[in-house]
Amino acid sequence: MISTPKELDPVLIDGVRTPFLRSNGAFTRLSTYQLGSKAIAGLLNKTGIDPKLIDHVVMGCVIASPKTPNVAREAALVAGIPNTVPAHTVTLACISANVAATSLADRIRLGQMDVAIAGGTENLSDPPIQVSQNVRFAMVKAQKAKGLADYIKILRELSLKDIIPDIPAVAEFSTGESMGQGCERLLRQAQVTREETDQYAVRSHQLAAKAWEEGNYNEAVTPVEVPPKFAAVVKDDGPRGDSTMDKLAKLRPAFDKVFGVSTAGNSSFLTDGASAILLMSRKGAQELGFKPKAILKDYVYAGGDPLDELLTGPALTIPKLLDKNGLKISDISVWEIHEAFSAQMVAMIKLLKSEKFCRERLKRDGALGEIPLEKMNVWGGSLSLGHPFGATGGRLLETAARRLEREGGRYAVVAGCAAGGHGSAILLENPH
Amino acid sequence: MNNNKILHLEIIKDVAVVTFDDPASKVNTISPQLSSEFQEIFDEIAKNNTVKASVLISGKPDNFIAGADINTLKNAKSAEEVERLSREAQRLLDRLATTPKPVVAAIHGTCLGGGLEIALACHYRIATDHPKTVLALPEVMLGLLPGAGGTQRLPRLVGIQAALDMMLTGKNIYPRKAKKMGLIDHVAIPQGLKEIAIEAARRLSNKALRSKRRKPKLVEKVLEKTAVGRKILFSQARKMVMQKSLGLYPAPLAILDVVQQGIPRSLEQGLAYESKRFGELAQTPESKSLIHLFFGQTSLKKNRFGDPKTKVRKIGVLGGGLMGGGITSVSAQKGLQVLIKDIKLEAAVKGKKQLFDDLQKRVKQRVLSSFERDKILNRVNAQADYRGFENCQLVIEAVLEDIAIKHKVIKEMEPHLSENAIFASNTSALPIKEIAKASQRPQNIVGMHYFSPVQKMPLLEIVVTDQSSQEAKAVAVDVGLRQGKTVIVVKDGPGFYTSRILAPYMDEAAVLVQEGVGFYELDEQLKKFGYPVGPVTLLDEVGIDVGAHVGEFLGRVLGKRVTSGDPKVFEEIIAKGYLGRKTGKGFFMYDKKVRGRKPINPGMQEIIQKHCKPGAQAPSAEEIQLRMGLRMVNEAVLCLQEGVLENPVDGDIGAVFGLGFPPFHGGPFRYLDTVDADWVALTLERFSERYGSERFRPAPLLLDMAKSGKKFHPV
Repeated sequence: MISTPKELDPVLIDGVRTPFLRSNGAFTRLSTYQLGSKAIAGLLNKTGIDPKLIDHVVMGCVIASPKTPNVAREAALVAGIPNTVPAHTVTLACISANVAATSLADRIRLGQMDVAIAGGTENLSDPPIQVSQNVRFAMVKAQKAKGLADYIKILRELSLKDIIPDIPAVAEFSTGESMGQGCERLLRQAQVTREETDQYAVRSHQLAAKAWEEGNYNEAVTPVEVPPKFAAVVKDDGPRGDSTMDKLAKLRPAFDKVFGVSTAGNSSFLTDGASAILLMSRKGAQELGFKPKAILKDYVYAGGDPLDELLTGPALTIPKLLDKNGLKISDISVWEIHEAFSAQMVAMIKLLKSEKFCRERLKRDGALGEIPLEKMNVWGGSLSLGHPFGATGGRLLETAARRLEREGGRYAVVAGCAAGGHGSAILLENPH
Repeated sequence: MNNNKILHLEIIKDVAVVTFDDPASKVNTISPQLSSEFQEIFDEIAKNNTVKASVLISGKPDNFIAGADINTLKNAKSAEEVERLSREAQRLLDRLATTPKPVVAAIHGTCLGGGLEIALACHYRIATDHPKTVLALPEVMLGLLPGAGGTQRLPRLVGIQAALDMMLTGKNIYPRKAKKMGLIDHVAIPQGLKEIAIEAARRLSNKALRSKRRKPKLVEKVLEKTAVGRKILFSQARKMVMQKSLGLYPAPLAILDVVQQGIPRSLEQGLAYESKRFGELAQTPESKSLIHLFFGQTSLKKNRFGDPKTKVRKIGVLGGGLMGGGITSVSAQKGLQVLIKDIKLEAAVKGKKQLFDDLQKRVKQRVLSSFERDKILNRVNAQADYRGFENCQLVIEAVLEDIAIKHKVIKEMEPHLSENAIFASNTSALPIKEIAKASQRPQNIVGMHYFSPVQKMPLLEIVVTDQSSQEAKAVAVDVGLRQGKTVIVVKDGPGFYTSRILAPYMDEAAVLVQEGVGFYELDEQLKKFGYPVGPVTLLDEVGIDVGAHVGEFLGRVLGKRVTSGDPKVFEEIIAKGYLGRKTGKGFFMYDKKVRGRKPINPGMQEIIQKHCKPGAQAPSAEEIQLRMGLRMVNEAVLCLQEGVLENPVDGDIGAVFGLGFPPFHGGPFRYLDTVDADWVALTLERFSERYGSERFRPAPLLLDMAKSGKKFHPV
């Protein structure tokens, strides 16, 4: 347990996100920094905080545009944050925004700052596709070329296949395997069936659609006007309320195309969107007259084998977080866990209640137990709402804090898996 | 004592740096004192053998020289006196231009009029790449021409066409453009301006640097370097000027003439002619009126209620229509945060889109980056609820012109506002006191009457009631000024000032149309009088229903003075759906495909003819102009008499910048002073008799002025 003065507790005040849209939709032509700025501007507007009071901005981003490597800075400036406020970008795949939040929480706890913005932004419609390596080398040489002869010499070194561009793959660099393949490994280990997988996916879509219907996201989502027509996007376009087992059963496996379980219907999809949350010290919130929704009490990160444990992260971090804080599953009233794949979620639940996994891998005395579904991702999750890599953590934290506030429970856990075999788990506590 | 000097000399090795820094003012201007100091310093530079070159630079943070001191001109008694002043300035600059020691102008900030003429006389010009750095010759806006060599040096430097464009429009030239057109030699960063200028001066003196002259393109050579080409060029330019000004403004024609005469002759001959015409122009009533407006506008830049206690950071705008969107746009562009709210989100977003469109135009012109555009856009939040309104220090409503709706909005919104928030109603006629009746806090309520389109129209008419608090007035004026508006303040009353004086004017137009005056004829005559748009087109633009609505309301309150036209005609027109441009049909037909003059709407013609009551004889052109113009002027005098206007300056500025009253007349009061109140009163009485109508009855104050011979603007 961390013991620091109570007034230095980092607290979450509020959060805002843009609608999350399937890639190649309405946000296609908005750049990553523009989306990020919309989330920050929306947060400033919603909370009414004077931007001069912000001490630092940290945003997560995974597929950075080469033009805006520090996208947090550009997003913050455009959102109206004064240029005297530093901003930087962090990257840890799908838990980048979690890192943004916890690193700022640490600095608040150390008394270094009182007010900060964490978040993330991602536009996966416009990946930075490069020309091939040979063409890049040729272009560098061409800058020094003198006269036609030099140019001809450079051109001669190129072959026809060099015109094929270099497209960034959503694949693990160390293993060359995609996330989907990693998921197949995990679901085999936990013996997850296609039926269980589809069932969980249907649940996610139906819950997300219901949450929108009930207006749960209205206060968290800021409309985004998209030039040139300037039509306002107000809702996520991912949730499919009409999702059924029958429909999902018809889809062919996407990764192991013959015997696989994961399909396009039960996996999260490429998404564009951004999120931002306002963090303060408890003391700062009191002085400025803001009401905290949750305390960022503790957190855990873990790494695993990038080949066999690519998506096992939450199963590694959740037990560690709970054990460290002397908590049991039953103590947690709100769970918000990133849904990369439906099968990964089912596998995670199975692993946490497996004696074998918990004893052998986690060196625990026994299984952790079963996370109750009725407390987990009840407003939908990444499978249905969408998953803009760098921004998802911001959505999870905001939703968890608001559910905690609304349901009146004591603790919430926010967890996620990330490329590289990483996992994150954050413990929130209701301050009231 | 050195402290009172405008010019400061500093010798850095072999270069003399002359710094302009007028201790008496925030901006440097050209005055007689400057001239004498100039002489002294350049005598000294000429004598000093160690000095090989010099630099002219300003000590002010954001201006080089903002132009000549207009008061000197204003006080001059005759054309000859002004001509002499111009000759003196020319001789000074000639000395600068012909000195064997090269002079570098180091320009940072505004460089206007005489300031640019000084720079033009230098041998090398460096300007900083800074948003505040602009170069222009705006004399034409004051009915003058550049009288210190500008008309001769500028065309010789940048070519005739580019020079005419600058001098006829007075437009701002920014450094990059200035470099491209050859107006300056180099663009520098502000931090290094002085050092770079000194280095340039030194290199010029030892011939290591030369001012590179721009190479004219072939077309330009043919048009400008041959007598035939120039003939074509000037005749085209003259045609365009006549088309735009209808020959009502002498300055643009004089500029054309001076350039045309001067270019084929020697510089000295050209300069002599420039001074002569400058002296003449300065004595024209047009120039005097424009200068009057300039001083009026300048005086209105100060907040007459002092600084407000709260500095507004965020405003709320209700209504995403044309007005709401326009108010949002000008506010966000000047750094204010805006919440724009409408019943439907789509409507609010549509209002915000106006800002996007305004900014996008500038992005396309490459004067704004898309980054800056997005930053400004993020200042605005479009929404369908009152979230965040508790943080607004001012809310401006721009909903429908209907007292019931305004009341509903106030009642609905007030609980969401902080107790000290100011509420402004953007209405063109509804009395603010009536609107305030729905409020719990009438002391916080004022009127802010914007003109459409808000982005283009410079005027803001602020309406205060006897209940409005000092803070409410101060906040409204402060925000208006920050929005870049020329702000007049008037007392509450039906139609306030601008709509009220427009009412009898439009009423007379209705009478004239019913007497059988054609739509084109009417528009044409008023344009010849100096209005930018004729009344028929104006009504089509505003919307006939809107005009009728306001007219009917004012008629109820002001009575016979504004209701001589037949109201039944309007009812019929509106029933037919002829509402003006917005419905495609009004007096004219609006078809995007039709270029040039819009055709008359035959349906409208028919209605008018049915109700036509031709007079004994068709009114003459002059009569049309006077019947309309004088009714407006007369109503303005009534407004002053009743205290709606605090002073005649507000009245002049309001009529010119809000309604397009002919600027060369300087506003209704300036007009009365020029043509004589006595003559106006007589003319009105004559009309009154002839038409047997009280609508022409002169205001009592006008009769007083006519009798006493006093002026509204005593000299």
